[in-house]
Amino acid sequence: MENRKAIVEIKNVNKLYGENHVVHNLDMQVYEGEFLTMLGPSGCGKTTILRMIGGFEEPSDGQILVEGERVEDKEPFERNVNTVFQSYALFPHMDIFNNIAYGLKMKKIKKAEIKERVDEMLQLVQLTGFEKRYPSQLSGGQKQRVAIARALINRPRVLLLDEPLGALDMKLRKEMQLELKNLQKQLGITFIYVTHDQEEALTMSDRIAIMNQGYLDQLDTPEQIYKKPATKFVADFIGESNIFEAMISEINGNIAKFGFEAGNAIGMLPEELTFEVDEMVYAGIRPEKLQYSLEEIDGFTLKGLVKEQIYVGNIIKSNILLSNGQIVKISRMDIEEVPKTGQIIYIHWNLSDIVLMKARAYKIYSLIENVDLGGA
Amino acid sequence: MKNSHKTRSKTIPLLVTVSPVVIWLILLVAAPLLYVFFLSFLSTDGYNVVFRFSFDNYINLLNPTYMEIYANSFIIAFFTTVICVLLGYPFAYIMARAKGKKRTMMMIMLMVPFWTNSLIRLNGWKTILGKTGVINSILVDSGLLNQPLEILYTRGAVLLGMVYTLIPYMILPLFASIDKLDHSLLEASNDLGANRKKTFLKITLPLTFAGIFSGTIMIFIPSLGYFFVSDIMGGGKSQLIGNLIENQFKAANNWPFGASLSMLLIFLILLIVTVYKKSGGNMEDLGVM
Repeated sequence: MENRKAIVEIKNVNKLYGENHVVHNLDMQVYEGEFLTMLGPSGCGKTTILRMIGGFEEPSDGQILVEGERVEDKEPFERNVNTVFQSYALFPHMDIFNNIAYGLKMKKIKKAEIKERVDEMLQLVQLTGFEKRYPSQLSGGQKQRVAIARALINRPRVLLLDEPLGALDMKLRKEMQLELKNLQKQLGITFIYVTHDQEEALTMSDRIAIMNQGYLDQLDTPEQIYKKPATKFVADFIGESNIFEAMISEINGNIAKFGFEAGNAIGMLPEELTFEVDEMVYAGIRPEKLQYSLEEIDGFTLKGLVKEQIYVGNIIKSNILLSNGQIVKISRMDIEEVPKTGQIIYIHWNLSDIVLMKARAYKIYSLIENVDLGGA
Repeated sequence: MKNSHKTRSKTIPLLVTVSPVVIWLILLVAAPLLYVFFLSFLSTDGYNVVFRFSFDNYINLLNPTYMEIYANSFIIAFFTTVICVLLGYPFAYIMARAKGKKRTMMMIMLMVPFWTNSLIRLNGWKTILGKTGVINSILVDSGLLNQPLEILYTRGAVLLGMVYTLIPYMILPLFASIDKLDHSLLEASNDLGANRKKTFLKITLPLTFAGIFSGTIMIFIPSLGYFFVSDIMGGGKSQLIGNLIENQFKAANNWPFGASLSMLLIFLILLIVTVYKKSGGNMEDLGVM
């Protein structure tokens, strides 16, 4: 994976709108042929990044390379990149044939070849026979396919998709997710896909870049992101997580003792990161990994009251109220394993199930240390 | 018959709500139009309208002496429209793309003069363009010219007055259609290989054509009839259809002929709108109509 060739490289890019810093020191690489998703809540800067790669925005500083060439000063059409817009942006005064053929006509390609390539594209997106229709006569899903065909006909090396399924209903969305994924595999083109829907990101992507307030919090495979979220934000955003603010009170080999507001606990330290005694961290544990017993377990002093049960499909979630007022969740598939409402229980976990995350404050602290403040 | 009671109970509220509009339309639109139409088939004895039915007024429209006036009117109307499109399009485009204060400022600049009486504004131009006006004073005093230029009371001055009075009617529909244009369409065009010029010709212009057409109708027809512009700016020298109609109702005292000239203008409006509709234009896009 690490040896793969990068097709888009973003080097130390910042974007400011006036006082508003939308993208902070972004460094990332997109590999050839991969499906990469930029995921984050609205306003996190993901669309801005896509627009900078596409050429609709200029970075305030830093470099963007496509196929090894710097593109910041190039017009959108001078880049080997095409965009599928959120609102489809089909030309309402042209029929489907002319919409799809637009890019080729601009390149002054011969009529016979245009016809051939449009037919090929219509077949690819299963819209053969729709040439003479106008965009207003198509359904949302069909418009979406035309938008994809119109971009793909130019044979871009990278296809940028800005929340392309946002306007579709749930069922159609699921179908289109699979179709898009298959299309990408079949064509071997790099897709950079923007969405705020975590489920969509998890099902489609080879890698996910999680953006939070202009920072890239984590860039990894869906599996790694779920198993080892790098920040509290990621742990919260992807799936459900119980997150504790914790202070490391003791380290013995790879086992650490933590002090939480609601009590003490132990857990295993990850190999990739180093931690110190007295460091503030976040400790996350997934609801399905959280265990409980009626008696105290060695090393854990977290105690709580089972408040209520919620049935979500075949999963039963229990809310446990801890002594500091924090609520943690336990989820189980089997009704036999669910704690009873009103019980007092002790919670614990397998030492390797805990995920430790550096607090962002820690990162900022190390940044400040390296800044020359002048004076002395 | 069983339903008669029901029908009546629905008819009365319907009458109450709809009738003011109908009465308004009958009194202020249909009745005057019918009156003018009726009048155009009557004759005159030189002083008064006489009730003698004839087509003479319509035959009289073809009189060669009026041809020059028609030609003059169409030339002025044509150039007024063209200049309004050329000046109005960039203005409307910039205003539609502007945000916040700039947009409000441009709208105020456009609308405030529009709310002031156009006779007063046109007379204002006299003090700028006249023999002793601002432009001539500067040119003569600075020694660039010996004699003041003849600016006022020319066809050019009439054209200027027309454009000045009518341009908001071009800018407003244009603004509406450009403002409605989805910006991502332009980005998509740019993404697919078209530069700014091509994007303008292939996307922006075709999609705002309804605005241009709407503005054209709103300008071409009135500029045939705005007699006061040619009176003030042209000093009565250049006659337009509007002046001809005014004369028939005032100096010449030939109301029936004036009415037939008015019918000619109405016929022209219907013709232009019909051509628009037949060529696939959407009536809703005209908006203001």
